[in-house]
Amino acid sequence: MAIEVRIPTILRTYTDGQKSVEASGSTLQQIVDDLEANHSGIKERLVEDSGELRRFVNVYVNDEDVRFTGGLETELSDGDQVVILPAVAGGC
Amino acid sequence: MVRYDNLLDSVGNTPLVGLPRLSPSADVRLWAKLEDRNPTGSIKDRPALKMIEMAEKDGTLRPGCTILEPTSGNTGISLAMAAKLKGYRLVCVMPENTSEERRQLLRMWGTEIYSSPAAGGSNEAVRVAKQMAAEHPDWVMLYQYGNPANALSHEEGTGPEILADLPEVTHVVAGLGTTGTLMGVSRFFRAHKPEVKVVAAEPRYGELVYGLRNLDEGFVPELYDETLIDARFSVGPRDAVRRVRELLESEGIFAGISTGAILHAALGQAAKSVKAGEKADIAFVVCDGGWKYLSTGAYEGTVDEAEDRLEGQLWA
Repeated sequence: MAIEVRIPTILRTYTDGQKSVEASGSTLQQIVDDLEANHSGIKERLVEDSGELRRFVNVYVNDEDVRFTGGLETELSDGDQVVILPAVAGGC
Repeated sequence: MVRYDNLLDSVGNTPLVGLPRLSPSADVRLWAKLEDRNPTGSIKDRPALKMIEMAEKDGTLRPGCTILEPTSGNTGISLAMAAKLKGYRLVCVMPENTSEERRQLLRMWGTEIYSSPAAGGSNEAVRVAKQMAAEHPDWVMLYQYGNPANALSHEEGTGPEILADLPEVTHVVAGLGTTGTLMGVSRFFRAHKPEVKVVAAEPRYGELVYGLRNLDEGFVPELYDETLIDARFSVGPRDAVRRVRELLESEGIFAGISTGAILHAALGQAAKSVKAGEKADIAFVVCDGGWKYLSTGAYEGTVDEAEDRLEGQLWA
C-alpha cells in the first residue's frame, strides 16, 4: 500500500531533497520503518529510543495529529497522506 | 448589562451566534463565538488584560514599567490598548512576515516594534524577545506562551460564557497557537461538563516558517497539556481561505483567516457527527474580524490566487 509522506525542509537531507516520498505500510510504525529502509537515518530524527514520537516532531495523517489517533499505531489506508512537520510557535 | 465604566471592563461577554445555513441539520448545529466583538477586535483582549492584572496583583508590574512581548499581532494590539490606558510602555517583537495593518495599529497605540526574521516565524520572535528580556532585566515580559493567566482568562471567561449560552454544547473548537484558549476552555469543561470534546485547529504555514536550523529548535508552548485536547487538526491556507469566504457568503460573518481554519475543523467534526447519527452542538471561536488581513489578498480573486499570496505569511 503506497502512502505519500511529506518531508519538512529540515529532514530533506535524508530524502535527496525530495519534498515528498512514497512509503508503504498499514500503520504509521510500518511507514516509519519503510522510510528508514530507503532513507537511512531518518527514523531516529522522528522517534525516540523509547518508541515515542520526538517532542518537536508532529505527524499528521489526513491533517489529523497522530498523537490523538493512536500515535505510531495509527492505521492507514490507501490514498492517505502523511505530513511530518517540526513543532513551531503559533499564536498571535 | 451592556453598560461599563470603562473600555477595559467591557472585555468578554461576547455573543454566541447560530449558523443556520452552515449547520448540516437540525440535530447537528454550529455556533460562532464572536470574539471580534472585544474592545480591540480580537479574542486576545481576554488574556492580555488578565496577564496585566495578575502581574499588577503580584507586584511584578508597577507604574511606569515597560512591558515586552513576542507577538504576531493580536496580543500586541490588546496589550497596547491596555498599556495605554494604564500608563505602561510596550515593546513588541513581531515577525516581519505579518500584515501591515497589524503594525499600523500597534504604532497608533504607541507601541515600539522590533522585527524578527520572517524565516522561523513566531519561533524567532520568541527567541529574540527572550534575549531582549535578558538584556533588560527591568522590563516585564508577560510571555503569553507560558503565562497561566492566558489560559485562566478562558477558564473564567470564554468557557463559562459558552456553557451559559449553550448548555447543550457537545464540542468546542478553537485555534491552537499559544494554546491558551484551548487549555483554559478545556479545564473549565473538564470540571463542569466533562463529556464536551475539545478540538484544536492549528494553522499550517508555508515552508519558510518551518525552516529551523535543527529540530531541537522546535517549540511547544509551556502552557500546552495534550491531555486537555481530544483531537488536533492541521489546516493549510487553502482550506482556511475557502472556509472564511464561505462564512461570509452563507452567514454574513466577516472573519480573519485563522477563523477559516477553525471553521474547517468545526465542519469536519459536524460531518463526523452526521455520519455517526448523533446530535451535536458545536461551538467554535471567531478569533477576530477580517479587517487586519485585507492587504494579504486573502479575500479577493480565486482561492488559488489567495493561497499563493499567503505563501510565507503568518496568516494566523
